[in-house]
Amino acid sequence: MSNATTPAPKKLSLKEKYAQMTRGLGWETTYQPMDKVYPQTTFEGIKIHDWDKWEDPFRLTMDAYWKYQAEKERKLYAIIDAFQQNNGHLNVSDGSYVNTLKLFLTGISPEEYSAHRMFAMLGRNFAGVGPQIAAQMQSIDELRHAQTQVHTISQFNKYFNGMHDFRHMHDRVWYLSVPKSYFEDAMTAGPFEGIVAISFSFEYVLTNLIFMPFMSAAAYNGDMATVTFGFSAQSDEARHMTLGIECIKFLLEQDPANVPIVQRYIDKWFWRGYRLLTLVSMMLDYMVPKKIMSWKEAWNTYFVQNGGSLFNDLERYGIRMPKYWEETVTAADRLSSEAWNTFYNYAAAANFNSWCPSDENMDWMSQKYPETFDKYYRPRFEHYRELEKKGQRWYNTTLPMLCQVCQIPLVFSEPDDPTQTCYRESSYHGMKYHTCSNGCRDIFDFEPEKYVQAWLPVHQIYQGNCFNPGTDPTVEGFNPLAAVLEYYHFGPGDNMDYHGSPDEANWLKWKGLVPRTEEPKTDEPKAA
Amino acid sequence: MSKVQSTVFLALQTNDDTRPIIEAIAIDNPLAVVNRMPAMVKIDAPGRLVLKRKTIEGITGMDFDLQSFHVNLISLSGNIDETEDELVLEWKQ
Repeated sequence: MSNATTPAPKKLSLKEKYAQMTRGLGWETTYQPMDKVYPQTTFEGIKIHDWDKWEDPFRLTMDAYWKYQAEKERKLYAIIDAFQQNNGHLNVSDGSYVNTLKLFLTGISPEEYSAHRMFAMLGRNFAGVGPQIAAQMQSIDELRHAQTQVHTISQFNKYFNGMHDFRHMHDRVWYLSVPKSYFEDAMTAGPFEGIVAISFSFEYVLTNLIFMPFMSAAAYNGDMATVTFGFSAQSDEARHMTLGIECIKFLLEQDPANVPIVQRYIDKWFWRGYRLLTLVSMMLDYMVPKKIMSWKEAWNTYFVQNGGSLFNDLERYGIRMPKYWEETVTAADRLSSEAWNTFYNYAAAANFNSWCPSDENMDWMSQKYPETFDKYYRPRFEHYRELEKKGQRWYNTTLPMLCQVCQIPLVFSEPDDPTQTCYRESSYHGMKYHTCSNGCRDIFDFEPEKYVQAWLPVHQIYQGNCFNPGTDPTVEGFNPLAAVLEYYHFGPGDNMDYHGSPDEANWLKWKGLVPRTEEPKTDEPKAA
Repeated sequence: MSKVQSTVFLALQTNDDTRPIIEAIAIDNPLAVVNRMPAMVKIDAPGRLVLKRKTIEGITGMDFDLQSFHVNLISLSGNIDETEDELVLEWKQ
């Protein structure tokens, strides 16, 4: 019972509260020396003199964290309820739009879970309380993102193909090894490389490319559910980005010897992240029916302009723009077309449908990419369309060579020639290894011992490691592609062209629409 | 390639909670450009952008806890400094 006349104690300011709740919580251990308790903080060569210099500029303490996270969850789940109860999946711009969600659920959501694991490890391995708390909050956030994405997209899974077994697919399907290996590379690095990789190079420099144009496009295409989980996740992302820029400044200010190490991490992880975003380029330019922004416009806004401002700021520490960034600007005119062409080719082996772009899409591309689209890509797509009209929809059944580092097929063009495929070759212990670019080649050459261990899906298929147990490849008439798709858990309708697919047929039926007159034949190999 | 002109930005969800926040930013940052896109608003400003609690409270006539803007925050850029009175985004160079 307080005395009504006693004045209330002065409320702590945000700065004081943060100091009270994050400082003096750690201690010097006595039973074991500190370097045994935190054994991973020295081997990378990064020098830290004072962990207390690490400060969260939002000054978010655990009590405020739980309060705002709870509010975000309440908002999100109310919308998911409304979405499900009102058949929200019927309100998207077109049935083909759902293919972007298939890609998101299999290619991005499992990496939220990977990030959850990784930040739990970082929270354990950093020796300072400030970064421990920030990493623990982020670990919980990432788990929340994985869960909310699975919950939200589950409504689409009831009505569309390709989303069942997303977790099973993540560890097996060829193109999903790209995001999977990206996170495993970061997780198996030291804690400082890990945080520069994910918090700085990915979250701060590149994540806007996923969440801003794609989520705004989801809104534009009537997908209330995805916008909501996307923005709910993104509200955490802004805090993660802050962790990213703070960790860089902290590392650079602690010791001048850290600068070249951090620069190498930035060079490597900028390139790794850029390659990962290849999928986003084709989502923006080819997959969303109602377009919001081209990949090139997004890259100019979020990397050239925003990243340029960031690196201007970091120049005072002796940090420069990431190596090969100029190549990403040149390639902005080509990236999405090279990627979508690949998925058009390999539609039999993906868990989503691809298609030949419509006239409207191609005209939009001509306008957005006047230097390249009509010259290099339109003729190719028109050729595919002619084949479709003849009932010969082209499915490539030859497995491609993969990059030893990013694991993407070698489908990108030479920086100075859009008509030549870029191949790079390195030797290690007498063996040849192939990479897709100067960036990936440099990464391989610096740590060959790490990348020779890569689980490359194409190699694994050829070695017979991607069939279900009990499969006998020696029986007459054995169809290796069909056996691989069984191993992936692909069923009819998960793959192949969108036109003529069960998803398209259902969509037309639900919406009372008439099918297209020219259906491409689907007499090519199909999942069992 | 010559250096880009450094800009900071703040992106917020489009909803009733953020209307007074966006209005306050426009008042306190005359050089800020408000870009409205589907479901989100992105505010760009050359070099520095400030969000002040007092300005928001002046618009709504209610108390405002600055940290609550995290719920509607989408993205930002620049070095960040937040107190209970203001949030500053800025590039040092």
